[in-house]
Amino acid sequence: MNEFMSKTKVNGTAAPHAQINNGAPMGGALSIKHVSKIYDPEGVNVCAVDDCSMEIAAGEVCMIVGPSGCGKTTLLNAIAGFHSITSGEITLDGDLLCGPGKPKAAQGADRMVVFQNGALFPWKTLVENVAYGPIVQRRMSKPEALEKSYQMLAEAGLGDFGDKYPGEVSSGMARRAEIVRALINEPKVLLLDEPYRAMDALTKSIMHESLLETYDRTKVTIFFITHDLEEAIFLGDKVHVVTTRPCSLKKTIDVTIPRPRTYESLSSENFRHLMAEVNEAVHEEAVKAFQAGERELA
Amino acid sequence: MASVAQIDGSTPVVRRRSKLAKFMENPTIWRGLLAIVIFLAVWEVGARFDEWFGKEWTLPFIGLIPPPTAVFNAWLKIIPQAGYWDSWLQSFQRVLTGFGAAMLLGIPFGLALAVNKYFRDVFFPPFEVLRPIPPLAWVPASLIFWPTNEMSIAFVTFLGAFFTIVINVLGGARTIDVRYLRAAQSMGASQWDLFSKIILPGTLPSIFTGAAVGMGITWEVVLAAEMISGGGTQGSGGLGFFIWNSYMGGSLEQVVVGMISIGIAGFLSSSAIRWLGDRLMPWRRLF
Repeated sequence: MNEFMSKTKVNGTAAPHAQINNGAPMGGALSIKHVSKIYDPEGVNVCAVDDCSMEIAAGEVCMIVGPSGCGKTTLLNAIAGFHSITSGEITLDGDLLCGPGKPKAAQGADRMVVFQNGALFPWKTLVENVAYGPIVQRRMSKPEALEKSYQMLAEAGLGDFGDKYPGEVSSGMARRAEIVRALINEPKVLLLDEPYRAMDALTKSIMHESLLETYDRTKVTIFFITHDLEEAIFLGDKVHVVTTRPCSLKKTIDVTIPRPRTYESLSSENFRHLMAEVNEAVHEEAVKAFQAGERELA
Repeated sequence: MASVAQIDGSTPVVRRRSKLAKFMENPTIWRGLLAIVIFLAVWEVGARFDEWFGKEWTLPFIGLIPPPTAVFNAWLKIIPQAGYWDSWLQSFQRVLTGFGAAMLLGIPFGLALAVNKYFRDVFFPPFEVLRPIPPLAWVPASLIFWPTNEMSIAFVTFLGAFFTIVINVLGGARTIDVRYLRAAQSMGASQWDLFSKIILPGTLPSIFTGAAVGMGITWEVVLAAEMISGGGTQGSGGLGFFIWNSYMGGSLEQVVVGMISIGIAGFLSSSAIRWLGDRLMPWRRLF
C-alpha cells in the first residue's frame, strides 16, 4: 500500500498538465429536464424518477446524493443509454440524447460509465482494457492504442501494473484503471455510479486525490452518484440532493471550497458548514425512505 | 518474494534448489505417496489373507480381488503385447473423434442459442427433449442407422459430450455480466467485437467446464459402447472390450489392469484439458 501511495504522488507530479483531451472538443453540458421514468413490470407501475430536472455545466463535478434505491442509478442509466425514459428530455451540449420520440439514448463513447462494482474485462490485462475503446472504434491502430494506454496508466500511477490482469490488482487500482479506460475515449461526461462504495476509508482517500488530480488535468464533466456526504462535498462543485423514490431534485448545494482541494479542506469551517447543510437535507429524505419501508437495495 | 533485504545491506543469498529437490521436500507429495502405499498394502494383505495366515476362508469382497502384485505381474506380461496398446489407441481414437466433434458442433451451437433469440426459440425445445435421453439408450438405434460399428460408437460418444458442452456454453454465455456488455457497447464495440472479445472470452471458463465434464462422460460412453458392441471384426476392440474379454476369459487380473488403464487414460485426458485451459485463459491461472 505504501508503495502504491507514493507512486500516485510521483507520477501525479511528474506529468501535471498532460492533456488527455488534446484536440477533442470540450463540452459536456448536461441538461436534464422534467425526466420521469416509470417501470411497469407486470402492470404494477413503479415510478423511479419523477419530474427530475437539473442543469450540469460543462466541466462541472456534479454529485448526486440520495437514499438507497431512490432512482439515482435509473437516471444515470438513462443518460448512458442503458434504459429508456418515460417523459422529459436529456440533452448533452444542446443535442438531444433522449426525449419525446426517442425514449432511449444511443450508447456512445461521449458518456463513459464507471460501474458500481467495476467492469474491467477480467480476461484482458489493464493495458488491454484501456486500449479496447480506441481499438474497437478504429480510432487507433493496436500498437498506438497500447502505447497510449501504457502512458495514461503511468499518469494515473499504474505504470507498473499495465500487464496485470484485473484479478491481480487491488480494487483501488482496478477502479483507477477503469477511470483511465473511460478517459481514453475522451468522453464529454464521466458517469460514476458509487465507484468507491465498498472501499475502506484509506483507499477511498487515495481514490479521491487521484480523481481530483485527474479532474484538474482533464476538466471533464463528472456526474457522480454517492452515499458518502463527505465525498460529495470534497469532490463536487455542486451537490444535488435528491428525494427518496420517486427521485426528483430536492436541493442543490454549491460547494464554495476553492480548487485545487486537499485533505486540509476537509477540516475547514466552510466544509463543516456545508456538511451540516447537506446532512440536514439528506437526513430528511432518509427518514422518509425509512418510514416508507424502503429496504436497502444493495 | 524470495529476496529478503538483509539488515546489514548485503545482497541476500537466494538458495537455488532443483525442481526435484523442491518436489521431494513437499509434504503434500509425501502424504500422497504414503496414502497410496498404505492403500496397496491393505489391498495386498486383504487379498492374500487366506494364503498368508493359512485360513480356510477368504475375507469378504476384498479377498475375491486379485492382489496388486498379481495385477502388476499381469500388467508386465501384457505391456509388450501389441493388442493391449491397440486397445488404448482405439479407445483414445473413439474418445477424441466423439469429443472433438462434440466440441466442434457444440460450442457454435451453444453460442448461437445464447446470442440469438429466434435460434433459441426454434432449437432449444427439441434440444431439451433429446438431452435427457442417456447416450447408451441411443446404442440400438445408432447401430441400425449408421453403416458401421465404428460410426455408431463414435456417434454415441459424440452425444455423450455434445449435450453437456452445449448446456455449459449456453449457460456461460447467458450469464456474462451485463456490465461488460454495456461497457463494451458504450466504447463503441460492433456486434462482432462484442462477440469475439467479450462473449467468447467470457464463455471460455464454461466451455472448459463443459469440456471437462464432457470428457468424463465420453470415456464412460466409449467403454460401455465397446462392451456392448463386442469389439466387432476389426481385431482389437478398445479398452472396454479388453475388460469384457478378460472377464469372459476368467482373468480377473487383466480386468483390473484394464480398469487402471482407463483411470490413467482419463487422467491424461483431463490433464490435457486443464493444460489447454490454462494456456487459453491466462487470467484464471492466478487463482
